Amino acid sequence: MTQATQHKEPLLRIVKRDGIARPKAYAIRLIAVLLSLVVCGIFIYAITKLNPVQVYEAIFDGAFGTNRRSWVTIRDAMMLLCIGVGLAPAFKMKFWNIGAEGQILIGGVVTAGIMKAYGSALPTPALLVVMALASILCGCLWGVIPAVFKSVWNTNETLFTLMMNYVAIQITSYCVALWENPVGSNSVGIINQMTAYGHFPKLFGQTYGLNVLLVLLLTVGMYIYLKYSKQGYEIAVVGDSENTARYAGINVKKVTIRTMAISGAICGIAGFIEVAGVSHTISTNTAGGRGFTAIIVAWLAQFNTFVMILISFLLVFLQQGAIQIATQFNLNDYASEIITGIILFFILSSEFFINYRVILRNRKGADGK
Amino acid sequence: MSDQIIRLLQSSICFGTVIMYGAMGEILTEKSGNLNLGVPGIMYLGGISGLAASFFYEFNNPDPSRLVCLVISFLAAFGAAALGGLLYSFLTITLRANQNVTGLTLTIFGGGVANFFGGALNTMAGGVGQISVAATSAAYRATIPGLSGLGLVGKLFFSYGFMVYLAIVLAVVMHWYLSRTRTGLNLRAVGENPATADAAGINVTRNKYLATCLGAGISGLGGLYYTMDYIKGTWGSDGTIESLGWLAVALVIFAMWRPINAIWGSYLFGLLFWVYLVIPGLARKDIELFKMLPYLVTIAVLIVISLRKKRENQPPASLGLPYFREDR
Repeated sequence: MTQATQHKEPLLRIVKRDGIARPKAYAIRLIAVLLSLVVCGIFIYAITKLNPVQVYEAIFDGAFGTNRRSWVTIRDAMMLLCIGVGLAPAFKMKFWNIGAEGQILIGGVVTAGIMKAYGSALPTPALLVVMALASILCGCLWGVIPAVFKSVWNTNETLFTLMMNYVAIQITSYCVALWENPVGSNSVGIINQMTAYGHFPKLFGQTYGLNVLLVLLLTVGMYIYLKYSKQGYEIAVVGDSENTARYAGINVKKVTIRTMAISGAICGIAGFIEVAGVSHTISTNTAGGRGFTAIIVAWLAQFNTFVMILISFLLVFLQQGAIQIATQFNLNDYASEIITGIILFFILSSEFFINYRVILRNRKGADGK
Repeated sequence: MSDQIIRLLQSSICFGTVIMYGAMGEILTEKSGNLNLGVPGIMYLGGISGLAASFFYEFNNPDPSRLVCLVISFLAAFGAAALGGLLYSFLTITLRANQNVTGLTLTIFGGGVANFFGGALNTMAGGVGQISVAATSAAYRATIPGLSGLGLVGKLFFSYGFMVYLAIVLAVVMHWYLSRTRTGLNLRAVGENPATADAAGINVTRNKYLATCLGAGISGLGGLYYTMDYIKGTWGSDGTIESLGWLAVALVIFAMWRPINAIWGSYLFGLLFWVYLVIPGLARKDIELFKMLPYLVTIAVLIVISLRKKRENQPPASLGLPYFREDR
């Protein structure tokens, strides 16, 4: 920030924009993404000495090079999207639910538990329904507890939900130790590996068909819920101003708890999809930081679930690509987190240029110096 | 006192020191009204920079001087962490990005950078694939000669490296700074009500920048202490620093934003975390449940604070809120 003296106009002046045309806003975001890709390219070049074009070829190859890789990209993007969709209502209400990580895990743990215990007792379709319901309930519970304290005693939800993550992580560690298979491996292994009880069946001949279908249903449903339902409108009002909401006769407590129940439930479903539809196992890495990344997805999309599809794909595309490059050059996978970080920093910065205009001091003023 | 109890207390103090640094940095940051959720990332940055700096020094010098090891790694850790804080400050203060989202991004980024280069260092170190900076680690773990041999007292109070004592000194200094000096009061005014502070002629932007960068530097020392002393100059990509970082954020609440409370609070967290050591007959799965204790205690404190609503125990009033002079 520049220091203004009394008689001189500062070098840079920041003016809030009254409004910005949508194409222009998207152009700014696009520039930010492109810039971040350039920086990522430089970063990868510095390490691998690949020329930047080759870098992005390798990334594309890593994400969509083979049929299998494409499906992995789609699968992971759907997971991120699902969590983002779950977080959208909470964040739209300005309820800082950073406990998605825990809500996913707890959903995943009950799914794994049921899969393990009742795998042979129920037919798979019934098992899937039971697991889904259980994960919804648990995710819901994990979301509602902080919400109740927030609405009744105004307990800080950011820190509460954060702590709930670790409670869930320790419960998961406990269960992993409990269900260890084989003993001493400190992992659960693929549950029902031989029988595939409780695993997602193929849909349209695709292993991850059901994942895609479920998540897309949630995405469309959430879009309609937030945009066209009365409850969605209430969420928007509470998010903009609690006082206005109260004045308009909205029961803020009820809306807070209800919204967090929905948010937690969808994150619980994400845990269910991850365990039953993707990994068929449970570990403390089942959520893998995606509960945090999804916050950024939801925030950047401004809670528009269709924009979230794009952002999820962008992030997962780059992550898969980075993993590919890492394998090729004998580096480790953490490169993908660095790249994710760089891109997010750029997109976050771009919001400033959408909301504000920077005005340079006019030339005459500069001459007078 | 049995050996077991002594070991428990020693582990608690070492564990506590890591999160005490993280929490003290975050207290300073939060006092300026910035809720920096990037603490884990910043601790990662501090840890890896200190490690990398001393690694390259030891790698290129067959006979490393302990003092140089110490100074280089300390400065590198503090500097890198402060740079992380600068990035956060630039985004949230100058570019007015959302604080929580920026902090979380910093955590992802810092973790990525640290584990990426940590892995690379492990590869470079060759051999068993594990980096080790023996000389630097020894410098960090050196105890005061004579005092550590004083039986029980020596074991309990003098068996640690200098950073354990530095943390306590820092907490006392910070307490004095925040409650007794003019600049400290100014800083708190910025965190409580930036508009009023601005009207009173306090430079809000500068205060926020300084507090956030210095705070990040201090948090970064937690990462340094962890790599150099706690795991003895090695690198593990197991995500421990991240969970410790979040625990540091929890400790800030537990200490109710007072550095002095952070001292005993951090040791208590350490005790809660390690208490399973002295409980006989625990299976490994039960240990995991015990490790939940610090988080449950924090939740309880959080609820109690919000129930009692004592003004002096509340977070800084404008915590997490952006301040733009032009906004009403």
